[in-house]
Amino acid sequence: MSVDLATVKRVAHLARIAVPEADLPKLQDELNAILGFVEQLNEVNVEGVEPMTSVTPMAMKQREDVVNDGEIADEIVANAPVSEDDYFMVPKVIE
Amino acid sequence: MTDLTRLTLTEARDGLKAKTFSATELTKAHIAAVEKGRTLNAYVLETPDHALKQAAASDEKLAKGEAGPLEGLPLGIKDLFATQGVRTTACSKILGNFVPPYESTVTSQLWRDGAVMLGKLNNDEFAMGSSNETSAFGNVVNPWRRKGSNVGAGQGGAVEGNHLVPGGSSGGSASAVAADLCLAATATDTGGSIRQPAAFTGTVGIKPTYGRCSRWGTVAFASSLDQAGPIAKTVRDAAVMLRSMSGHDPKDTTSVDMAVPDYEAAVGRSVKGMKIGIPREYRLDGLNAEIDALWQQGIAWLKAAGAEIVEISLPHTKYALPAYYIVAPAEASSNLARYDGVRYGLREQGKDIVEMYEKTRAAGFGAEVKRRIMIGTYVLSAGYYDAYYLRAQKVRTLIKRDFETVYAQGMDAVLTPATPSAAFGIGEKGSADPVEMYLNDIFTVTVNMAGLPGIAVPAGLDGQGLPLGLQLIGRPFDEETLFSLGEVIEQAAGRFPVSERWWG
Repeated sequence: MSVDLATVKRVAHLARIAVPEADLPKLQDELNAILGFVEQLNEVNVEGVEPMTSVTPMAMKQREDVVNDGEIADEIVANAPVSEDDYFMVPKVIE
Repeated sequence: MTDLTRLTLTEARDGLKAKTFSATELTKAHIAAVEKGRTLNAYVLETPDHALKQAAASDEKLAKGEAGPLEGLPLGIKDLFATQGVRTTACSKILGNFVPPYESTVTSQLWRDGAVMLGKLNNDEFAMGSSNETSAFGNVVNPWRRKGSNVGAGQGGAVEGNHLVPGGSSGGSASAVAADLCLAATATDTGGSIRQPAAFTGTVGIKPTYGRCSRWGTVAFASSLDQAGPIAKTVRDAAVMLRSMSGHDPKDTTSVDMAVPDYEAAVGRSVKGMKIGIPREYRLDGLNAEIDALWQQGIAWLKAAGAEIVEISLPHTKYALPAYYIVAPAEASSNLARYDGVRYGLREQGKDIVEMYEKTRAAGFGAEVKRRIMIGTYVLSAGYYDAYYLRAQKVRTLIKRDFETVYAQGMDAVLTPATPSAAFGIGEKGSADPVEMYLNDIFTVTVNMAGLPGIAVPAGLDGQGLPLGLQLIGRPFDEETLFSLGEVIEQAAGRFPVSERWWG
């Protein structure tokens, strides 16, 4: 399968990456090279094979349902580009 | 006094215990080496003051006889490990000046055991690359040069040859260890990022079994494949490092609750009677004759040590790399969604929040990272999930089954080449077709797909005078056998230190 320019544009938007119009054809070629490479997986008979979900079979650990961390709002916002009163600030999202 | 930076990690440990030199002296020697080695661009952040403070504390502990297993030993830390109060970037612009308020579990265990941090090491951006050419901090230079090359000498006259890549993504770790800019380094491996750079620099690198080291506090690339491990000067050094890095961590649900063995005790243990599988599928068409000869040499060495050599088949080998280039980008696209300009790192302004995300991520991620996020987004998008991601995960089951079959037949380990070639020149590969670069991981990636441990040990030089490595793949959680077998190769092949410090 290969992707056309419109698909490259759509995927860039889904991935939330701005791609200038002029860069789209090169990106399309690169993505198609990768998709061409993975095409060989179609040769493999996967009939009845379970998809891998965990590489090491192990039971998920459980712990007590208690609060054991927190009260560190200042540390959490310390690296934020913009914050105010322990809130992350973003452009307006509701009109 | 002898040059303290030439010591191996375990020699330095023994020297500290014998009080031949102090941790402060050892650390100062390494700080000076790091400064002289800046041409290699292995470090993206030097922390000499931090190192000297830790060294002074270590000297006190050594005096009191309370030394930990890594007491006073100066290490380099890949910039993928969060270090409390010390900038951590994954070598991406999008993390900017991120200063973690917490410490990764792996590094916290190193400090618990007394290690000293010299600084943060360069890597491919978000560990995506095989040559350390995608870092926001620029390329790392391999301390090895081709025979006859005088590149970097800088004293007029004709320059012969190019600088070589150290491999990737742990290129800074490999280059720093090979150039004696630290005694050992932490690294991470998602598709070969410990073993391939180790092979390119004549160092030892081990990726342990998935779950052996906690991933908590390590910048995530592909969560079902990522594992931390050491790059070191010798097999014994790697064993000592891995013991400190390993262990159960309640903060990582995929970390396994199993006792950590004394890996160093496995170094030098007899390999007599062990069964070593030689997979015929790794004998690729057009396999480099020197690599093939090295492989035959490795077989001969293990045979001479009493191991039994068995030809085996791992029929799905050729599908590991294509399956990886679906699974890894898919997980990356999800993991890297967190870089949105809100909670940390870079932010570019936009007229609304979506434009802010798009501009931030366009400015913050490099070309290779963008490509992988987009491939991942595409293969997970509606209508394509079954054709790509689900199929790749089924192929992954088959790859793992291949190994389970040979281990059930009694194999103790599998011997393969580590890489399809020696180190190549900066800028030589992958500029036109990204897949050309991906092929570097052809021998290593199966190990991540199956979650197994793998070690790369230097075993010889090619015709250009560059190091080549062999890879041993083990049973799940049987790193000890890899250390025993790796030591046999190291004893037979000798070590491969860089002979000339042309960089300073």
